[in-house]
Amino acid sequence: MERHRILIVEDSPTMRQLLVFALKRLKGSEIVEAQDGMDGLRKVTSDDFDLALVDINMPVMDGLKLISLVRDEDSLKDMPIVVITTEGAQEDRDRALALGADEYLTKPIQANRVLAVAKALLKIE
Amino acid sequence: MSQRDDIFDRANEFMNVFSRGAEFTKELLEENTRLRRQLIELDTRDTDAAQDTGEWGKLREQLLTRIEGLEVEKEDVMERLRALEEENRQFANRYVEVEEENNNLANLYVASYQLHSTLDLSEVLKIIIEIVINLVGAEIFCVYVYDENSGMLEPVASEGEQVPAFPSTPLGHGTVGRSVELGETYTTDQNASADYESPIVSIPLCVEDQPIGSIAIFKLLAQKEQFTLLDHELFTLLAGHAATAIFASQLHGQSERKLNTIQGFIDLLTK
Repeated sequence: MERHRILIVEDSPTMRQLLVFALKRLKGSEIVEAQDGMDGLRKVTSDDFDLALVDINMPVMDGLKLISLVRDEDSLKDMPIVVITTEGAQEDRDRALALGADEYLTKPIQANRVLAVAKALLKIE
Repeated sequence: MSQRDDIFDRANEFMNVFSRGAEFTKELLEENTRLRRQLIELDTRDTDAAQDTGEWGKLREQLLTRIEGLEVEKEDVMERLRALEEENRQFANRYVEVEEENNNLANLYVASYQLHSTLDLSEVLKIIIEIVINLVGAEIFCVYVYDENSGMLEPVASEGEQVPAFPSTPLGHGTVGRSVELGETYTTDQNASADYESPIVSIPLCVEDQPIGSIAIFKLLAQKEQFTLLDHELFTLLAGHAATAIFASQLHGQSERKLNTIQGFIDLLTK
């Protein structure tokens, strides 16, 4: 069975727990949690991940800064990134996608939607 | 060997070949006769069948009966296929429903788990705010806590606006006060209200009949168009679990303070 390592970068423990619940349904998934952008950057640069789910509004380092730093790293250029945020405006979506995010989901999240997006980006049938 | 013997041998050989040829020709002629007879028989049967309307009718009847049988069989198969497709559709719909229920239960579980994960009042309030933002999808809202001494619902935590922007409300007065006094969730179809005395949703927080506070929502996130069934279940969950979480954290805070006071006395007496 293929293993998928997924990083969740989110400051809200409630959201992290919800995302873990949703993504655990992907067989063979291994989920790592980070509580802010800096923690996320540390984890993503020191380990291999197949997918990252990133919130935008976070303390220490926000999600947009994290995405731009990740995309500057050659080894992380192709890692799929999904933004999960309360910011629903089109300009926020455009900005995140321009920085290199692959998908943009708004809160309140639907577990099915998160799962479908993760499956598509991980190329799971 | 003499020349005469040689001629006899060749004559015998020729006779043998000739006899075999004659036998083969005879066999061919017999086979030919048999086939011609068979052909004549078939011709006669066809002609008889063509001339005998009774035979044709019988044959037609047999064929029609067979066709009817096959048609019935086909209808039966089609009916079974339709039933299977319908069953399949029902299973697919049920699967979607179960998935949705599963997701909703996960949301409710996470919300209640988080609410009871701490006895610190500020943490409880933070978790309530997280739940209302992330699970309900509210942009501007306020959490009120009931002050028994003043009889007022005081704003203690908020999102989208600073706490002082929200007015204190006497129990039983205004949308929030009435909702708490009656212990009934107040909801409207609107998705925003600029008047901070008239929320679009007011969730009373009560432990049994004792008022604890309220969550008043004034504006939903832009992408949130309307409340769902899950939102109403979350309101019910918050009404009970957020209330007990606040109540427990208040009791814990009080007991901590009392414990510190007693410890202070003991320290004073024993030193």
